Amino acid sequence: MANIFLLAITALLIENFVFVKFYGICPFLGVSQKTETAVGMGLAVTFTMTIASALTWPLYYFVLKPLQIEYLETIAFILLIACLVQLIEMFLQKAIPSLYSALGIYLPLITTNCAVLGVALLNVQNDYNFIESVVYGFAAGLGFLLAIFLLSLVRERFEFAKIPKPFQGVPIALIAGGLLALAFSGLRLSF
Amino acid sequence: MAKETFSVKKIFKDGLLDQNPIFVQLLGMCSTLAVSTTVINGIGMGLSVTFVLVLSNLFISLLRNYIPSKIRIASYIVIIAGFVTVVDMILQAYVPSLAESLGLFIPLIVVNCIILARAESFASKHEPLPSVLDGLAMGAGFTAALVVISALRELVGSGTLFGIKVTPAGFSPAVLVISPVGGFLILGALIALVQWLQSRRKKED
Repeated sequence: MANIFLLAITALLIENFVFVKFYGICPFLGVSQKTETAVGMGLAVTFTMTIASALTWPLYYFVLKPLQIEYLETIAFILLIACLVQLIEMFLQKAIPSLYSALGIYLPLITTNCAVLGVALLNVQNDYNFIESVVYGFAAGLGFLLAIFLLSLVRERFEFAKIPKPFQGVPIALIAGGLLALAFSGLRLSF
Repeated sequence: MAKETFSVKKIFKDGLLDQNPIFVQLLGMCSTLAVSTTVINGIGMGLSVTFVLVLSNLFISLLRNYIPSKIRIASYIVIIAGFVTVVDMILQAYVPSLAESLGLFIPLIVVNCIILARAESFASKHEPLPSVLDGLAMGAGFTAALVVISALRELVGSGTLFGIKVTPAGFSPAVLVISPVGGFLILGALIALVQWLQSRRKKED
């Protein structure tokens, strides 16, 4: 139990997916202008990462491994993730239309979020068992949510700030991200 | 079908400068930030991406009239993932040290937005030859940008280039620059520089 807890804290704070491992930078920069959409994206990614971890584990250990085609893991995982995102999209459209219209164009983007494929591959690489994989996927997703939420809070303040023209947009977001990463690296050193 | 006319010069100018994948289109940020700590990693990543880009552009262009448009993204991803697996195996077999330092970012080329973006916006609409050239040009632009960023970071952050010490003995490297923090800050500053140059050029026109 303690192990699982440590794993979750590591994925969430110490080895944060965005600030330390550099997964999911595209949506981190692209969808962080407003807190509302940033949180929506973060939640959708967390959800997808948890389910993807839960599904890729049996795919690897019950299908790829017995057939000795582990080298196809990248292809198999990305296909599964693409289908999963499509299913989530269809489900949201029927069940929670308000959330669907809020996330709209961001949903298909989750397929190409490297955090999702990254967590699936990391689970296999680190030999996590099923429970560990799911916890790791969930915690890493929460780490992404935390990161994109923090950045969006900073970026909302930018609207009132005088930013030099060349720095407007992505450059200042990257610099704000860098300063947030500095805080997270402090966490890493203190553990 | 009428023979397509295209300008090789324009394709390469777009890839290297006007539409540079990293500095102008701002695509593929994850791998850029993660691997640009040494020049060798930067070049390795750049060439791997170029290889995948050229081959996926070629195949997608050849198949562009057969892939139904509803499932095109999924088909592109499968084609791209196939070539990424090939690169992964080649690197592990011949340059295991590079494969180890690039780590998961090799399989993650699959979700590098540059490749899917070129498939969707260029290869699916053009003939094979210009598509291959576009892949080469975009790959070269990606590699060149990675070399610039990683040379800067390696030089300031560890005082070396290609792993060889080039700075005078009294130079103490700023380790922060090769840490994740430095990656964010340097890339931000470089993109700001590019945007400044662009706005100056626009004024001149």
